[in-house]
Amino acid sequence: MSSSSAALQERSGAARETPVLVVDDLRTQIHTPHGDVQAVDGISFTLGRGETLGVVGESGSGKSVLGRTIMGLYTTGPTMTVTGRVLIAGKDVHALSASELRELWGGDVGMVFQDPMTALNPVKKVGVHLTESLRKRRGMNRPQAKARAAELLALVGIPEPRRRLDQYPHELSGGMRQRVVIAMALANEPALLIADEPTTALDVTVQRQILDLLARLQDELGMAIMLISHNLGVVAGRADRVAVMYAGRVVETADAAALFDAPHHPYTEALLEAIPRLHQPPHVRLAAIDGAPPNMVAPPVGCRFAPRCRYAQPDCTEAPPSLDPAMANGVVTPGHSFACYHPVNAGGQ
Amino acid sequence: MSEMTQVSTPPAYGQAVDAAVAPAPMQDPRRSRSLWAGVVLTALGIVTVAIGVAGLRGANGWLQLAVVVAGLALTHVGAGRLLRHRFGAGFDLTSWLSAIWLVLLVLAALLAPVLPLGEHEDIASTLSAPVFARPDLLSEYPLGTNNFGLDLLARVLYGARASLVVALGAVAMGLVIGAALGIVSGFFRKTTDAVIGIFTNSLLAVPPLILLIALATVLEPSLRNLAFALSLLALPSIVRMARASTLTFVQREFVLAARAMGASRLRIMTRELLPNVMLPLLSYAMVMISVLIVAEASLSFLGLGIQPPDPSWGNMIAEGEGNAFEEHPHIVLVPGVVLFLTVFSLNLLGEKARKRFDPRQAKL
Ligand SMILES: Nc1ncnc2c1ncn2[C@@H]1O[C@H](COP(=O)(O)OP(=O)(O)O)[C@@H](O)[C@H]1O
Ligand code: SF4
Ligand SMILES: [Mg+2]
Repeated sequence: MSSSSAALQERSGAARETPVLVVDDLRTQIHTPHGDVQAVDGISFTLGRGETLGVVGESGSGKSVLGRTIMGLYTTGPTMTVTGRVLIAGKDVHALSASELRELWGGDVGMVFQDPMTALNPVKKVGVHLTESLRKRRGMNRPQAKARAAELLALVGIPEPRRRLDQYPHELSGGMRQRVVIAMALANEPALLIADEPTTALDVTVQRQILDLLARLQDELGMAIMLISHNLGVVAGRADRVAVMYAGRVVETADAAALFDAPHHPYTEALLEAIPRLHQPPHVRLAAIDGAPPNMVAPPVGCRFAPRCRYAQPDCTEAPPSLDPAMANGVVTPGHSFACYHPVNAGGQ
Repeated sequence: MSEMTQVSTPPAYGQAVDAAVAPAPMQDPRRSRSLWAGVVLTALGIVTVAIGVAGLRGANGWLQLAVVVAGLALTHVGAGRLLRHRFGAGFDLTSWLSAIWLVLLVLAALLAPVLPLGEHEDIASTLSAPVFARPDLLSEYPLGTNNFGLDLLARVLYGARASLVVALGAVAMGLVIGAALGIVSGFFRKTTDAVIGIFTNSLLAVPPLILLIALATVLEPSLRNLAFALSLLALPSIVRMARASTLTFVQREFVLAARAMGASRLRIMTRELLPNVMLPLLSYAMVMISVLIVAEASLSFLGLGIQPPDPSWGNMIAEGEGNAFEEHPHIVLVPGVVLFLTVFSLNLLGEKARKRFDPRQAKL
């Protein structure tokens, strides 16, 4: 695992200065009444200023848990055990005290959520969502915070920002609400933005607008973005690099272009085939991949994708394949790694 | 930018507009017939009430009461038709009347000392007043007098002060403590939840009347102590409701979003959860007030609440003990009807508000 993170670090010039985010062998175990779920199982990567990493995988593959573990933000509920290291802007997230963590959240790192319908408090005005943190964190007074909030709304492309401040969330459309959620995440100019399925609940045209907005904001503010989606199509053209997750592990990671050109892992290939086309209704499940993700309490030994893999061989179920650099004509392809014994599109091996 | 045009108008606004535009063309024969029926019924009702109040003075009391009630019923049906004709089919006269009743009652109770009312508690000053005078709206004692010649209208209004102060105080105490306990319980879960759960369950395990009687024997029967005792009655259900809504709201992403912006736990409980939890609780509180008014009346009826000659609806009803009720039914009917109307109105409006703010259909 660490060999791949070293490889990633080496190739990315931006990452070499001071990476915004370093994730090293991160493991998150959720203790549920049915047993322990290894929701994130040894993930490593780095992300530099202005870079976008797309994290893709079916629902249940551990993307949200990964995002939240990186933030150190756990939902109330089951207890979790986290090992490994996360550095955000050089700070070791899991070594921070509760109050230092709160400093980090909404400061160095912001988060955008999946459902803009529930991500805003229905009884709070749009303006209050923004001004609360500005006043507390920046020590602004009421008019200053209001002016800044209106600026933020203008920044995320909301017309008539002054008037919107006094509206309630239910008076806005889904796309507008998601813009408000993004404005909230940006309030304190984070170095890292974690966007967990930011467009899944929106319809197709609005999806594109929100993704364009994120790209523009990244150009203007230079933050690193972790763009999480179950749909490989969403990250296409938006991410510099893509990490494909399956059952808590990264099974393939590469530059976006390389991954779309020549996916090596059968799961990536299947995801590519399953990209919803424009004429399909939104929110269709990735029905093209037969079978369901494994039971995460007792995942299969060996390759976790084996039960669903059309290229599976007997050796696949013996030991888990490690995430190793891809080779082309005997030379390591920079930044491209995958975990499979019988890769596709790997003619040179 | 198609999303920008999707901004929706709040539904309530849309409805109000519909209702105002609703009066349909007069030429629709069915509608105009219903209009005439409304006019006739209303006029008939008003005349009947007038006959009952003025024309039948001195006649059999039950007959007079029956005529007045029939007249009021006719007026209600007729006026309901007229108002629906004017404001659309959604107009609910009963709800409006309930609200008007409550507003008038509260105002009259507040202003009782400055209103031109008869004597409500000083027996010495009513030695020459008629005893057990029958209600007669046109006389000096509109709702009659009791066995000491005290004016029942005055007593009902001063009794309303006691009932409302006690019930409102109890519900306010219950809301503050109950919401706090419920939110803390639902937010922290685990041990906190278990401890608070044991507390509410033990309160629920004691039959309410026994709890009240036990408290009444220990505590001085003052308004404050009564309110405290009754708030214990309201507490368990408020804690449970607050906890249940906290459990649903804490799952919503806006709580996670607030945390992701660095909000502290206290801030999340007070700024994110409390307003959401309070909305359904406030509508429930209306219903709770009515329950507590009845509870206070029951206590006072049993002699454990407000002590005569201070009036309260409960101890006024208790004055009908013995054969006073048989011979002078108005002693019980006057406070009884006022109690009934108040409880009815609170329940009706509380239910309406509750349906509107039900957490399960809360606007997202
Ligand atoms: N609060 C939780 N309690 C129990 N299991 C959870 C919880 N959150 C996530 N999981 C489990 O962790 C795994 C990964 O979930 P998640 O990260 O939400 O997937 P994704 O975001 O990729 O759809 C799933 O198997 C899920 O069942
Ligand atoms: S290791 Fe085997 S089972 Fe796993 S993806 Fe590769 S070919 Fe399929
Ligand atoms: Mg998810």
